[in-house]
Amino acid sequence: MWQLMILVSFIALWEISSKMYWVNPLLFSSPSEISSMLLKMFSDGSITTHIQVTLLETVLGFLIGTIAGNIFAVILWSSLRLSRILDPYLVILNAMPKVALAPIIIMAIGPGYVSIIAMGAIISAIITTLVVYTAFRDVDSNYEKVLKSFGANRRQIFREAVFPAALPSVISIMKVTIGLSWVGVIVGEFLTSKEGLGYLIIHGFKVFDFPLVISSLVMIAICAAIMYKIVEYVEKWLFKISN
Amino acid sequence: MTFLTLDRVSHYYFSKKNYTKTLDNISFSVKEGEIVTLLGPDGCGKSTILSIIAGIIKQTTGDVLIQQQPINKSESSIGYMLKQDSLFPWKTIIDNVLIGPKIGKNQTEAIIGEASHLLKEAGLINVTHLYPISLSNGMRQRVALIRTLITDPKIILLDEPFSILDYQTKVKLEDLMLRFLKMYNKTTILVTHDIGEAIAMSDRIILMDANTRSIEKTFEVPLELRDEAPFSVRKHPKYQLLFEKIWEELEVNMSKAKIVGQLNEA
Repeated sequence: MWQLMILVSFIALWEISSKMYWVNPLLFSSPSEISSMLLKMFSDGSITTHIQVTLLETVLGFLIGTIAGNIFAVILWSSLRLSRILDPYLVILNAMPKVALAPIIIMAIGPGYVSIIAMGAIISAIITTLVVYTAFRDVDSNYEKVLKSFGANRRQIFREAVFPAALPSVISIMKVTIGLSWVGVIVGEFLTSKEGLGYLIIHGFKVFDFPLVISSLVMIAICAAIMYKIVEYVEKWLFKISN
Repeated sequence: MTFLTLDRVSHYYFSKKNYTKTLDNISFSVKEGEIVTLLGPDGCGKSTILSIIAGIIKQTTGDVLIQQQPINKSESSIGYMLKQDSLFPWKTIIDNVLIGPKIGKNQTEAIIGEASHLLKEAGLINVTHLYPISLSNGMRQRVALIRTLITDPKIILLDEPFSILDYQTKVKLEDLMLRFLKMYNKTTILVTHDIGEAIAMSDRIILMDANTRSIEKTFEVPLELRDEAPFSVRKHPKYQLLFEKIWEELEVNMSKAKIVGQLNEA
């Protein structure tokens, strides 16, 4: 109830202040103008390709990043030596703002979808690796003791104890990386693209079409929220089947 | 017949500049079907002995032999039960009990039948499809006991399995555990710092010294006490006698520790 009221009053305030010239309507536009613009763009289909492109890039970036991050965490867990050797590099990679790598990635892979997807993937893969690996390592060692006393090998220990115990962390980091993938993809689109919501934002900014910028932002917010909800449903579903 | 032998086992913990002695020259042997208790204050190395027998850590010097064989060859034949039940919260009670056979790829009809028989004996037959979270501590520890027994280990290691339970639950679990151990004629090593528990459960008590990290003294539990159940044994006159003897020994030990401590400070 309160949540809805905040939204409604925010939109109303925005509309009023724009109409009353409290803020510059040329810069901040107004909800009515944005909604009519979005309606127009949906009805003539000019925005759908942009949404499709960005969604596809984000979903792919997110999936690749998550899968790669988890695989890498498993490799680190299975080799104590490797994890010790790579530890400082992971720390540096994690501390560094990944978007700063964007120009290098674009130069290496070439401008286009692939480097944008790579941005979305890298930004989520590194944090996934770190968080999931830490979760694996922090699993109660008594579980391992019990399984070892039954003669379990590393693989069995992983399957029976480490992975199920770390599953909540695996999923909760997915909720973070879904947002990070958006960051990677939008930055990638800022730098190199002819399509996508990130491109629309930069384009609108260049030609001084601020309603276009804000419309794109609204679409990003809606899509990101929907994807977050999907991850949440996956989480609930996974907990149901694992119980 | 000697089943398990520890021959001059020592364990050192090495750091960069120094080393600490965690076990010094431990030798004892356990006969088949015998229940032996390692008794001593916290930090005397009792649990380390169990970890060495279980093959989880390696001794620095000395030999551990099970039926005259070095331990690493027969790792899977050891049942290890810990302070915390360590039941897997994402598995049902029956799946928790059957994890050992699952690891050993040995989930036969006979084993499953045996599991439900034991669960019934322990009064747990109605909770087999619940998760550990909905069970009391005592029930969970009973599940952990059955999980340990079901793989039919040659030796059972019990690391303070009663320490988190309230007194009544503890004595009841002791009863059940002793009954199971005798029924299957299991060779057992129990670790505890509770004198009463040691007398109630075991045939022999090995007292450990926390200063020297070695064996201080061995007490044979009188035959009359061995056949009593843990609940009734606590009323037996000979129980009191043995209790006081061990208590005194521990007191002497502690005052020695104090003197050593003062000498080290001076």
